[in-house]
Amino acid sequence: MSTAAEYKSRVRQTWCSGCGDFGVLNALQNACAALSIERSNLVIVSGIGCSSDLPHFMSAYGIHTLHGRALPVAQGIKMANKDLTVVITGGDGDGYGIGAGHFLHALRRNLDLTYIVMDNQIYGLTTGQTSPTSDRGHKTKSSPAGNPECALNPLALAVVGGATFVGRGFSGDPVHLAEVIRRGITHKGFSLVDVFSPCVTWNKVNTYEWFRSRVVKMETEGHNPADREAAIRQALREDKLPIGVIYEIDEPTFTEKEPSLQGEPLVKSRIGMTDEEWKGLMEEFA
Amino acid sequence: MMNNKQEATIWIGGEAGEGIASAGDVFMRAAARNGLGAFAHNSYQSVIRGGEVLLQIRAGMHPVLSQGGDWDYLVALNQSILDHHLRSARPAAAALFNADSIKPPADPSVAALRGIPVGELTADLPRNPVMQNTVLLGALMRLLEFPWEVFEGSIRAQFGKRKAELSDTNVTVARRGWEFAEKHFPPPEGNGLAGDGKRRIMITGNQAAALGAVAGGCKFYSAYPMTPATSIMHWLAPRASRYGMVMKQAEDELAAINMAIGAGYAGVRAMVGTSGGGFALMTEAIGMAGMIEVPVVAILSQRGGPSTGLPTKTEQGDLFQALGASQGEFPKAVLAALDPVDSYYTTIEAHNLAEKYQIPVIVMMDLYLSERTIIIDPASLNPRVPIERGETVTSIEGEYQRYRYTPSGVSPRALPGTPGGMHIAPSDEHNEEGVLVSDWYTNPSTRTKMMQKRMRKMEGVLRDTDARAFIREGPEDTELTIVGWGSTYDILEEARRALTAGGHPANLIQFRMLWPFPARKVLPYLQAAKRIVCVENNYGGLLARLIRQETGVDIPFAVRKYDGEPFSIGPLTAALEAVWTKDAPPIQTLVSSELDLPVVFR
Repeated sequence: MSTAAEYKSRVRQTWCSGCGDFGVLNALQNACAALSIERSNLVIVSGIGCSSDLPHFMSAYGIHTLHGRALPVAQGIKMANKDLTVVITGGDGDGYGIGAGHFLHALRRNLDLTYIVMDNQIYGLTTGQTSPTSDRGHKTKSSPAGNPECALNPLALAVVGGATFVGRGFSGDPVHLAEVIRRGITHKGFSLVDVFSPCVTWNKVNTYEWFRSRVVKMETEGHNPADREAAIRQALREDKLPIGVIYEIDEPTFTEKEPSLQGEPLVKSRIGMTDEEWKGLMEEFA
Repeated sequence: MMNNKQEATIWIGGEAGEGIASAGDVFMRAAARNGLGAFAHNSYQSVIRGGEVLLQIRAGMHPVLSQGGDWDYLVALNQSILDHHLRSARPAAAALFNADSIKPPADPSVAALRGIPVGELTADLPRNPVMQNTVLLGALMRLLEFPWEVFEGSIRAQFGKRKAELSDTNVTVARRGWEFAEKHFPPPEGNGLAGDGKRRIMITGNQAAALGAVAGGCKFYSAYPMTPATSIMHWLAPRASRYGMVMKQAEDELAAINMAIGAGYAGVRAMVGTSGGGFALMTEAIGMAGMIEVPVVAILSQRGGPSTGLPTKTEQGDLFQALGASQGEFPKAVLAALDPVDSYYTTIEAHNLAEKYQIPVIVMMDLYLSERTIIIDPASLNPRVPIERGETVTSIEGEYQRYRYTPSGVSPRALPGTPGGMHIAPSDEHNEEGVLVSDWYTNPSTRTKMMQKRMRKMEGVLRDTDARAFIREGPEDTELTIVGWGSTYDILEEARRALTAGGHPANLIQFRMLWPFPARKVLPYLQAAKRIVCVENNYGGLLARLIRQETGVDIPFAVRKYDGEPFSIGPLTAALEAVWTKDAPPIQTLVSSELDLPVVFR
């Protein structure tokens, strides 16, 4: 059994005091410890944004990529070396805004990855503009008259988009969150863990208190995560904000279906061709 | 044998969907098996059915260096092809067509008009969608005096064993055309094309690049379909799993390149292929590969631009796009493949450079190279190629610094999975450990040292690519020096030989290495040249501008073409000859106006 401390890097954490992302980092470290993941086999991939700094604070392999592109980078890593545990961390702007296209296809593709989205409903690093998950009417620097667009619903989108695991946590409850992340990592296939992670500096609406009075745990609601329609109903709820495992089904992963990934990982596969293989190819051209 | 023709140019024209590609492949296969050389260029439009497809094949003694010009044989699959292209007939040419559906024009033509009653010849056979082109191909092969067994073998190889029935039908149909020609169009003695008896293979530029990827140990190819790069994907898709390789079609080019960078980071050789529009989407990630020092290879097969441009036409207009790909300054290499054989080796070289120096490497091709089919000697492709994986660490004692300052600028990589090698690879500027500078703690000194570390790698790249940075052909001391880059190598060499044979000796400098630019090495040759002409498939003379930028040499003459079609040997040679004249025009723009067709509404 590993301890959470083993997954801490020596890099000083730079988030604002009180940032929701601390709770996410803590929960991820606890989930990794609970699963005793070998640090040298763990890769944390992120895009750009406050929350995308997270890999720096983990003692593991990390790759801090471009804004919106963490998912395809993570997919390339997993396809090249299926033995690695790959976790993607980022924010709502990164994943549901500039990277939304990749998000939809990552769901369909069902590679064995865990995607943690620290959703604070605001652009933090660029100092407070509206985000894809900002509520309609939310006044921000870029929407002084109130956000005219409706908020994207990541859970509902994920369930209908082909996700095989959809979970949500609240960084104000890191113990519960760690368990959702643990289940996401354990899940065979792509797992989305959307996290309410308040921005204490730029979002004065969706605060810890705001969330605390609205979240409801699926464990206490008698929810069956294998029921797709029930999952969509939970995702669309307006009275409460569901947290916990919303949806989980067993479907073949990309790795299971891709002929080229049936043997050893690509990183170990032989370079070049045998004389016989070469002769065969030359014959195709004749 | 003595009276045999040296070469023949054959045009097969019709609508898309009429089986032109398949007829062309059977011809090329037969030529390869018959010991000939051949070069095929397909001029086509971006439609799946209809439009006009004109496959231009030139066959003769091996090697054939370009698609040729006007035709000796026209296989016309519809009326419009016959009507529009009779004007491009050479003396003693013959046009073959289906007499049932196509009327010979009333105007006199230099070409013999050979109508073949396809319906009558095949009345007893089951209907076959490509009936008429197979009958016409049979007649053509008889006129060119191909041995029947070679032709039949090529048809069977084309359809494969799995489609034995289809292959039998096509052989029967082809034989009808063959026999009809034998009886009705007795060609003059010695009309045939005779090869040297050496069995060769046929390959396209893209197939050779894909083959190079496999031979060079590429394990991950991701792409989004885009002409003219798509056939790399098509060739790899059914074969990749045999070689422990993934061919992944991504949702867009952003995903394709980022997946490849992920795979490269994890430790496999990874590559993408696209054209200019897709490459535009990839450029931000090209810079990331430079910054986080992850190897990746991008094949940029150019087509006519800008924007959607000429989707199925060729151009060399993306040179500055490749050189300028991504914001900021970082080490990268840009190579241009010369011909299909060179595409094979360049792909391998690109992977070696990418891994050795942990940089993005761009391989420039274009439609003219990617999609040309040529006949080559299989021995020109060596399966045993040098593989340089670059420095990695497998065991770590003490502190590991991923971006350690080194004299070469190359810091050994720890691949994920290596115990003790945990680090972060950030797209932000960082210190030796990968910890961000500027974002968190400003540090101008670290930034400066890190820039210098990365850029030092360019010296190594320049050194490693020095031997084949450009190819020189012809004698040292000539009146004219021709300069070009990439895919025009073969045709420029053909033109150079033609000029020399015509009493105008010329030499050729053809660039493969475009960045880092081999300025110091090429400068003496440019300074010694008496008269220089730069030949490019673009509007602005991009290579000439690069040469001026890097060497200070201003090339006074240019031959350019940006009509979507490749250079044709006749007009190209004439344009180069004109550079000798007293009042030679500084810029000559060539246009293949003989291919102009009127726009048809409704």
